[in-house]
Amino acid sequence: MAIVPNPHGTTGFLGWIDDRFPLTKMWRDHVSEYFAPKNFNFWYFFGSLAMLVLANQLITGIFLTMHYKPSALEAFGSVEYIMRDVPWGWLIRYMHSTGASAFFVVVYLHMFRGLLYGSYRKPRELVWIFGMMIFLALMAEAFMGYVLPWGNMSYWGAQVIISLFGAIPGIGPDLVQWIRGDYLISDATLNRFFALHVIAVPLVLVGLVVAHLMALHEVGSNNPDGVDIKKNKDENGIPKDGIPFHPYYTVKDIMGVVGFAIIFCSVLFFAPEMGGYFLEKPNFTPANPLVTPPHIAPVWYFTPFYSVLRAITYPLFGIDAKFWGVIGMGASVVIIAFLPWLDRSPVKSIRYKGPIFKAALAIFVVAFVVLGYMGFEPATPVNTRIAQVASVIYFAFFLLMPWYTKIDKTKPVPERVTMDH
Amino acid sequence: MSDTGAVDLDKRRFLTNSTAVIGGIGAAAAAVPFLASWKPSARAEAAGAPVEVDLSKLQPGERITIEWRGKPVWVLRRTPETLSALNQDDAKVLDPESAEPMQPEYAQNQHRSINPEFLVLVGLCTHLGCVPVYQPEVTADWNGGFYCPCHGSRFDLAGRVYKSVPAPLNLEVPPYHFVADNRLLIGLDGGAA
Amino acid sequence: MKKLLTAVLLSASVVTGAFAAGGPSVPMADANIDADNKASLQRGARLYANYCLGCHGLKFQRYNRMGDDLGMDDELVKEHLMFTTNKVAETMDIAMPEREAATWFGQTPPDLSLITREKGIDYLYTYLTTFYVDESKETGVNNYAFPNASMPWVMWKLEGWKKPIYKEVDDHGKTVTKIVGYEQITEGEMSPEEFKSAMLDLTNFLHYVGEPIKQERVAIGLKVIAYLLLLFILSIFLKREFWKDVH
Repeated sequence: MAIVPNPHGTTGFLGWIDDRFPLTKMWRDHVSEYFAPKNFNFWYFFGSLAMLVLANQLITGIFLTMHYKPSALEAFGSVEYIMRDVPWGWLIRYMHSTGASAFFVVVYLHMFRGLLYGSYRKPRELVWIFGMMIFLALMAEAFMGYVLPWGNMSYWGAQVIISLFGAIPGIGPDLVQWIRGDYLISDATLNRFFALHVIAVPLVLVGLVVAHLMALHEVGSNNPDGVDIKKNKDENGIPKDGIPFHPYYTVKDIMGVVGFAIIFCSVLFFAPEMGGYFLEKPNFTPANPLVTPPHIAPVWYFTPFYSVLRAITYPLFGIDAKFWGVIGMGASVVIIAFLPWLDRSPVKSIRYKGPIFKAALAIFVVAFVVLGYMGFEPATPVNTRIAQVASVIYFAFFLLMPWYTKIDKTKPVPERVTMDH
Repeated sequence: MSDTGAVDLDKRRFLTNSTAVIGGIGAAAAAVPFLASWKPSARAEAAGAPVEVDLSKLQPGERITIEWRGKPVWVLRRTPETLSALNQDDAKVLDPESAEPMQPEYAQNQHRSINPEFLVLVGLCTHLGCVPVYQPEVTADWNGGFYCPCHGSRFDLAGRVYKSVPAPLNLEVPPYHFVADNRLLIGLDGGAA
Repeated sequence: MKKLLTAVLLSASVVTGAFAAGGPSVPMADANIDADNKASLQRGARLYANYCLGCHGLKFQRYNRMGDDLGMDDELVKEHLMFTTNKVAETMDIAMPEREAATWFGQTPPDLSLITREKGIDYLYTYLTTFYVDESKETGVNNYAFPNASMPWVMWKLEGWKKPIYKEVDDHGKTVTKIVGYEQITEGEMSPEEFKSAMLDLTNFLHYVGEPIKQERVAIGLKVIAYLLLLFILSIFLKREFWKDVH
């Protein structure tokens, strides 16, 4: 199909632009004539909020690089310099550090929405996979960003996470040394993480977000009923249950954005450390290669996966537990990407799914929260046992899904979307 | 979609505009911290703090150079002869009365200083920012002064620029005051604490 | 769906509650400071300059910033607090080179700019008020909050000396000896109450140094939240107005 310039036949200055660049076409395709289901509920705020937080991270991040020094000697001091000597530097830094945690809050809720309403089901598999790639990039971004202040928790967090790669049989030790660029975590490591954190990963992240949105707009948005609104169109070919994104969802999302900003600013201005969960206390002392903080715990958003890592304590097939822990942790993230093919239910939304799925999801949420909690706690025998049980539940939720979604008793899906929520 | 009764367009427009205005004010306010973060930091201000100079060892005719905010600042102790020579320079220089604002008010006079004996100047040529050379030796047509090696600009011993040279303005006099008879504070006017 | 959300939030709050319960193993005294009390902060600053700054720098804190925030002008700061430099815009570094310090005390006395953010004010206050005589130590003192601390007790003139009162207590079925109180051996220049109050001032000062912007940050935050609430109400009306179209 050939591209027709200016399909909407605009004139004047706009016409001049549209003859050369699809400005009006893009505006209509993606905003003013993008028809979204009219029954979006609370859970549908988190996509636009994730975009907002991404913008926040990019802008505050750019301004932080103007004052930050990526060297082992100066990094810690330069962060305190930003906090004290740079005019308003404290605000920019807290916006960035609070934004990191907010990003994960929003993204976890956004992903949970997908789980609730089957947003990953055909034809949205690629939307989901791009989303999972965003999640992976985000984890890499957050981890490397956490190293930059060069506090003692930055240092030892990097030490633990990079050491994970050492578990890979054969190449492990050499790989670890290659990542560090030294015989220990050092200036070289910090410097390369800085480059990756401020340039490489953000580029990938923004590209993936564009792909995520393009894939979404190609197939259209899902909704809390899981009904395909394109099945019911009026005489103009517009879905009867669809409304233009602009103005209806722009005004709704503005409301969501301001509501979110109230919570975000409350944390930022009144509790930027969030009791040590957003900014950990041991990170207020400079990196010290000779002294490990008494209690190492990753930042809260990594703890569920970190728990899976620690839960695996048995060697298998002649390879030690460390390796399987790393595999388990990796698998616990990657397995989420396979949801489109694991869910065999005839319906998408939890509203019409049967009791088995609802129970499975509830147990899964509890297991995930327990894993998250255990990631903070010292690995005592009891804690390890609890984490092991939670890990088994975590994987069972995914691996048994093809079976239990098939035998589950679903309710009939209505023809049209419902509005009472 | 819009078939149920009339939409109050006025109300809709009012709400849209007021949200846009209030939101716009917030966005503008949010931009302020980012723009302000480019101002000199407390560290830069500390490094650019006023500098105190001890004049007790400065001999007549001698010049010392002090660094203030990364710029060379000269303090020259003038002799009665050099001061009287300024009268002869009046005809040769471009701005003998220092009409151009290249000095604080208290240095807007023939000798361009608070105390005629001590001249304080920022040692950067007003042409393209080179550092002029101090040439105190008096010759037939030169009462001593500063010569810029980059493009040949000349200044007299009050930092006043000669006519027909590339530099357009007199050398800059920084803010300064005497904290004691022999102690000079460069970088701060006398009035301010 | 609301039920599910509530369940998620509820389980989250249960988890947070459990976190709060798990504190440090040694009980700490409650540092009841008043960050708005400038007189207390000034007294703390003076104590710090006289007793601590010789060995422990505050390398991120500028003298003039402290003066501004604590309500002291430059001359007052110069006269009472500055012993190592005369430039008020400088940071509060120590005169003693780090390596020398390490040979005197066995380790470098740490910079204390961020001590309250790292360890908390309760820890610091407990540390400052629990030095006791222990002849087995080279310094002659030991500390309850930080056992075997290498710091000599620099404020003994103010506090005097005290020795611990031990008691056998039952700890999960085991009998252990614990410090339950102190007994004053020699009097100091201050009474025990005066000394505790002075240590609160010092803790207050270091809490300020940990994050000088803190009080202002909260004040700005209140204004920002007030503005956002206004905008939120407007945006709700805006959304409702447009969504009248949608049925």
